[in-house]
Amino acid sequence: MMAKTLTVCIMEPPYESANSTTSMRIIDAALQKGINVNVFAYEGAVSLTVKDQKPHPNPVHGTSVEEEKHPTTRQLVAGLFELAKEKGVKLDWINCGLCVDERGAGNWIEGPRRGGPGDFHKWVQESNATLVIPTK
Amino acid sequence: MGRYVMIESRDPYESGDVSYFYNLAADLAAAGEQVTLFLVQNGALAARKDAKGDPLGGVLKSRIEVLADSFALRERGIQDSERHPSVKSAEIGDLVDHIMAEDGAKVLWH
Amino acid sequence: MKRILCVVETAYRGTQEEQDDAVLWFSHALKNGGGDVGILLRGNAVNYAVSTQDPAGLVIGKFSIEHPANPNKDLLKMKQAGMPIHVVREDTEERGIAPDSLTQEFELISRRALPGLFAQYDQVWHW
Repeated sequence: MMAKTLTVCIMEPPYESANSTTSMRIIDAALQKGINVNVFAYEGAVSLTVKDQKPHPNPVHGTSVEEEKHPTTRQLVAGLFELAKEKGVKLDWINCGLCVDERGAGNWIEGPRRGGPGDFHKWVQESNATLVIPTK
Repeated sequence: MGRYVMIESRDPYESGDVSYFYNLAADLAAAGEQVTLFLVQNGALAARKDAKGDPLGGVLKSRIEVLADSFALRERGIQDSERHPSVKSAEIGDLVDHIMAEDGAKVLWH
Repeated sequence: MKRILCVVETAYRGTQEEQDDAVLWFSHALKNGGGDVGILLRGNAVNYAVSTQDPAGLVIGKFSIEHPANPNKDLLKMKQAGMPIHVVREDTEERGIAPDSLTQEFELISRRALPGLFAQYDQVWHW
């Protein structure tokens, strides 16, 4: 039986909202279930995959970088790509190109590609379901 | 009959706009649509049975299935005994199941 | 082709820096690409239907914002391109917006009529 496909559009920049976490939990759950997932990162969400993100220590907690194990969003997204590979399903991640340009967010991890609204529309027409998670 | 999966992420006490979403869910159900309301993030704060003003009362009277993300409940320390008996705890995977159950579901995030 | 209704509820978010409303822009881009897209303005986004908006003139430091978004004009262009534009009547009344200040080309719709509107579309994206 052919795997189903879920298309998700996200907008939140990293570290600002629980929306990012929940969107990644939904993507994770779908991949775990053998569902192909398309992710269109729009506006601030294009910064989720920036390669230059660095984990930091926590002076308030007194932890070092190693002890804190601070998850960066690029690591979370990289983990989703690994999960997709392990499950034999497709995770296709597009960063909206104009949003990338205006944010200077073009140095991203392996996995995502550049695209635009036309790519999202094509996915929507071809997917079994679409979820848009806006920002406020 | 259409199918709607409505995801409420906001606390009804933080935002007066949440009542719009609950009312929309009830109106859709009254129009004969099949509606599931899934509470995530601070939306789960409405799941306490002693929440003032019974924010979910109207929705629960409308035959809408109301689910709350178990992680959101746990993260907020909402025990099973505190949870409204008509609100079921559910996993994020259950949300995915609802979204993907049949083609054509309309999925709305608030 | 799946017919899409975009529900817009947050107004003036980044519209000076972006020189667009991000959701209106996106929706118009989908239409330009051949999509079948309608717009519903609700919440504070109903203010986009007010015809006399003037967002011009901001200067920050030495930088003048030359082409700030004018969502009302953008919506008019979208309407002229064939996109239905609906505005929730009660949300305009709550905000004390005079009916004659609204762009007449946009369709006022009651909250009670939303289920019927949603039923006309294959997907409803709540931005």
